[in-house]
Amino acid sequence: MYLLIALFLPLVVFLACLTALRKSQQMAFTASLFAAGVSLLASLAMIPEVMQNPTKLSQATSVNWIPYPPIHFSVGVDGLSLWLIAVTALLTVVAVVMSSGRDSMFLGWLLLLEAGIVGVFAAQDLFLFFVFFELTLLPVLFLMGQYGKDSGKATSMGATIKFFVFTFAGSVLMLAAMTYLFLKAGTFDYQNILLQVQAGSFRLSPAEQMPLFLAFFLAFAVKTPLFPFHAWQADAYATAPSPLGIVMAGLMGKLGTYGLLRFCLPLFPNAARECAGWINGLAILAILYGALVAIVQPNIKRLLAFSSLSHLGFVVLGIFSFHINGLDGAAYQMVCHAVTTGALFVLAGVLEERKGSCEISAFGGLASRTPWLATTFLIAALASSGLPALNNFVGEYLILQGAAFAGFGYAAAAGIGVILSAVYLLWMYQRTFLGPNPDEATADLSTQEAIAIGPLIVLMIWMGVSSGNFLPVQSAVNQKILQQTKMNVEFRVAAPVAAEAVHGN
Amino acid sequence: MGTNVMPSGEELLRFLPEMILAIFAVLVMLWESRHDEHGERPGMPAFALIGLGLAAAASIVAGAAPGYAFRNMLVVDSFATFFRLLLMGIGAMAVMTASPFLRARKAEGGEYYSLILLSLIGQSLMAASNELIMVFIGIEISSISSYVLAGYLKDDKRVNESALKYFLLGSFATGFLLYGVSWIYGLTGSTNLNEIASILGNADIAPDAVLTGAATALILAGLCFKVSAFPFQSWAPDVYQGAATPVGAFLSAAPKAAAFATLLRVFLTAFDPMADRWLPLLIVVALLTMVIGNLAALWQTDVKRILGYSSIANAGYVLVAVAAHSTLGISAVLFYLAAYSVMNFGAFAVVSLREETELKDFEGLAKRQPATAALMTVFMASLIGLPMTAGFFGKFYIFQSAIDAELYWLAGLGLLTSAVAAFYYLRVIAAMYMKPSPEGAPEMAVPAASQQAVMFVAAALTIGFGIFPGWLLDWATRSSGLLR
Repeated sequence: MYLLIALFLPLVVFLACLTALRKSQQMAFTASLFAAGVSLLASLAMIPEVMQNPTKLSQATSVNWIPYPPIHFSVGVDGLSLWLIAVTALLTVVAVVMSSGRDSMFLGWLLLLEAGIVGVFAAQDLFLFFVFFELTLLPVLFLMGQYGKDSGKATSMGATIKFFVFTFAGSVLMLAAMTYLFLKAGTFDYQNILLQVQAGSFRLSPAEQMPLFLAFFLAFAVKTPLFPFHAWQADAYATAPSPLGIVMAGLMGKLGTYGLLRFCLPLFPNAARECAGWINGLAILAILYGALVAIVQPNIKRLLAFSSLSHLGFVVLGIFSFHINGLDGAAYQMVCHAVTTGALFVLAGVLEERKGSCEISAFGGLASRTPWLATTFLIAALASSGLPALNNFVGEYLILQGAAFAGFGYAAAAGIGVILSAVYLLWMYQRTFLGPNPDEATADLSTQEAIAIGPLIVLMIWMGVSSGNFLPVQSAVNQKILQQTKMNVEFRVAAPVAAEAVHGN
Repeated sequence: MGTNVMPSGEELLRFLPEMILAIFAVLVMLWESRHDEHGERPGMPAFALIGLGLAAAASIVAGAAPGYAFRNMLVVDSFATFFRLLLMGIGAMAVMTASPFLRARKAEGGEYYSLILLSLIGQSLMAASNELIMVFIGIEISSISSYVLAGYLKDDKRVNESALKYFLLGSFATGFLLYGVSWIYGLTGSTNLNEIASILGNADIAPDAVLTGAATALILAGLCFKVSAFPFQSWAPDVYQGAATPVGAFLSAAPKAAAFATLLRVFLTAFDPMADRWLPLLIVVALLTMVIGNLAALWQTDVKRILGYSSIANAGYVLVAVAAHSTLGISAVLFYLAAYSVMNFGAFAVVSLREETELKDFEGLAKRQPATAALMTVFMASLIGLPMTAGFFGKFYIFQSAIDAELYWLAGLGLLTSAVAAFYYLRVIAAMYMKPSPEGAPEMAVPAASQQAVMFVAAALTIGFGIFPGWLLDWATRSSGLLR
């Protein structure tokens, strides 16, 4: 029930915003805030049930949707999706608060985006997953295309079309792969397919797995994005209106990494293991390339885009380490990165509103007049660069540990990325907030902005010092996924990993 | 069959839809002549619509008792009934879109409605013919009316060019078809699809495989022209762009649907025994049609031309399902043709609201006419194949049938070209929503009630079939069994 509320209430208000509330902006804002808030409460209300048994599907609903091919509207939550859904709801509330002056359509599209993303995390039917996965493109198309701001050479229209065509092209082959799975297994129901795998009645030979895996991988790699599929990213983040930036940078990338973890590993373990080498290589390239390019970016949002490229490289590295620590770190980092990047985009939006642009050169010496803005920005930047006691540290540490089990070189190379992230974030902070000439004209955080950023800062610290509150539910699911990756494997796994699971707190 | 010449009542019933259309085609003309040549001549579209409604009802009644008619020349099965109803629906949309369009140009004449009905007779015959000569007659009735329709606004230079091009190339293609039919008759001694199948299927009496192959290729070439498949696709954008917009909409839907019906029936009945010979050819044709249609559309700057190339690409998708050579494939074809007719007609109906159809004339439309822009967005989203639209399920069923038939490469490459296609449909959405209104932008005509009805019904069906495709798919599946 809670899940359905979190999924459908935004949809209802989206439809209302497009029709009845079209003309009354104030009403639309109230309704949107209400819908986003109730969704958040509903997603929090799911916690106890999931906590009890994280590997079991909670809040499961399954309704026949299409008779043939049998497609079910089948949704549910487990330990892996729980925090992702909650953070989606939270970031949507933040985004709605930050778009108080926008028109009804804008708010409506934001809510549709929320519904789409929650749907992706909750879908238990492969076809339904695909529908939600593609549905998220529609609100982005209008939010970015209609409300985006040209940034330098990148026009918002060009960035929108680029984003759309890239991600759309990436995912069409996944539909073909899903269809193949359906024709083979007789069902789109993911849990059912996994049960068949477990019972041994459904097996994909390594030769079958490879093309299927690559089709899934391509869709998720473009969405994440993983180097070299990131061409759409910087323009998109730079031109997106700030509230969209919060949701897009914070969450859309997670659709890709979530898909890798949820589907690619259990369904195609042979292929995934076979490809792990070069995928980890790409992840390292993403980490280093993203960080190096971020250093030289003159624009805060572009810098954050490349920082995301780098950080999501960590997540992919963790997933393809095939070690429980790596998987846990990846799952944890998905949530942490959503919180941190969401916060950074809120603040970037605040800065952009003050100065009309996000060019770093437009700023300098802000800190003396804007202590709150400067402090929150510093906390978010430090969290993003992996300072211990803040959230990203936990995830990145676990990932590095997992990567070290997969190969020490990976961990060493990725470690350089952590250092580089401190370089670009702190240097950006220094150029923006510090400096010899104090900025007298810029205002500090308003109450509304403080309300938006507050919960995110609290979460950064909470998730940093007390990961035991969050990690175990994810870890339980990851254990199961790791178990599943050994089930569909035809050859024996070379070196069974001996080390005990070590959690990072 | 016996020797009596008089057809039985049952046989006449199976031919009733065509007879009704013929009667109403004449009635419309007579009705027009009752009125002064320069005055108002109301009621003609209503006449046409009544005729279409009665013909549709007759199709349903006739479809309830499947069987042959006129010495096996016609076959009325659920497949034919599906196409008849689809064609009547397309005809109704063509009438409703055109009536205000033509009135605004002071060009409304009874012959337009009459020609639409006559053209539908031919197409309905094509869907139900069980005989190569009947196929030819159906195609000719359909084509000759279509040629005249393409040149309907005869004072416009582009319209004339369009009609002439359509006529010359179309006649040429029909020649191919007829030549192929004569070869088949020479080789097998029959033009009946079932008899041809039994002769070709019997190794003892089957004629020379090379010659039959050549004859099959000739017939395929003729039909490829009609569905605008590679390498006979180049006429489509010119004709659809040049013809009056409602005519373009009709031409891109009805004759194509009928040609696909013929293609399926002829190749899955008569030439089924030699499927392993023509399937590879069809696969190549399908692939190249998708590639050429989608790539050529990328550079177009006129919305009608974009829709023209898009119709080529869509023919390619349908051919993929034909190449799947299975019941699943046939039902995918039927579903897609229905979905395509609706979304494509909707898009054409929006375009018909304005004189100029350059992409830049659509800039900023969302600000000026939000409802029209929103409707156009629905049709474009469906043509892209976004979820929650009919086009999405249509493509899904097509590529599902291809994967089921183990045509993995065809399915993969087809899906990739359909992703490329997203670009040019997006350009239309981008022009409407993401570009400012240019100075002195042309106002779109306020849509008349009948045009609004077409657009809204098309949009409702596009979304409706996108959320609940079950009913249409069910019908398509029940209609996919050919009477052989």
